[in-house]
Amino acid sequence: MSEARPPHLQVRLMGLVLVGGAVGTLARWAVGLAVPHVLRLPLGTFTVNLAGALVLGALLEHLGSRGPDTDRRRALRLTLGTGFCGGFTTYSALAVDTDALLRSGLVGHALAYALATVVLGLLASALGVALARRLAGRRGRTA
Amino acid sequence: MTVLLLALAGGLGAVARFVLDGAVSSARPWRYPVATTLINLTGSFLLGLLAGLAATALLPGSALLVLGTGFLGGYTTFSTAAYEAVRLAEQRRWGAALLHGVGQVVAATALAALGYLLGSAR
Repeated sequence: MSEARPPHLQVRLMGLVLVGGAVGTLARWAVGLAVPHVLRLPLGTFTVNLAGALVLGALLEHLGSRGPDTDRRRALRLTLGTGFCGGFTTYSALAVDTDALLRSGLVGHALAYALATVVLGLLASALGVALARRLAGRRGRTA
Repeated sequence: MTVLLLALAGGLGAVARFVLDGAVSSARPWRYPVATTLINLTGSFLLGLLAGLAATALLPGSALLVLGTGFLGGYTTFSTAAYEAVRLAEQRRWGAALLHGVGQVVAATALAALGYLLGSAR
């Protein structure tokens, strides 16, 4: 009997990541069009990164608390987490926009943008985890 | 049309991240989120390179949108990096959390700058 392929080599799972990633990328692009730069700061990218960090934290904590990463839970994690949240958020734009601010001589802007994204992104992710835990705790008491 | 290509490229970028993350993570049990770091650093360098090429008009704006905003935006991820930093902090691995949070953004920006310089060099 042959071993099952690891998840990252299964075409069906790649398809889920592809669909989630495409939708997430479109959503990021749309937010980028809708949210203007303020004081040269890319607030659209800032917004998607914080929102995506919050949603991914909540999603991974929620799925992890429901049981092992198999079948339906894995499909949801890959479509919504790896695909959508991964495609929605971006690290490359964070780095390139920070570099562009530095090249314009806006050192303070660059430091504020990069640090605010990292620190608030971490807090957003932690908040997502905490919200999912709270929800799981409530469910546990009523079940 | 460009918008459809942008979405498709973003999906393909996410698949590239999924496959690379799986390959790196299954190679050995890393104690540090090596895969995400590798993905974000290479993606930041490449987007810097594309931005440099676009700045000197060697790359059309629509190509920067599809390859940069689409593929490299889908390839790199901020949400996973933030989540991994939270997990490191929960394990009281403060140094690793700081490195994955602040160290990564410093390194990614330096690589984006290097890519931009290479891309815009005449």
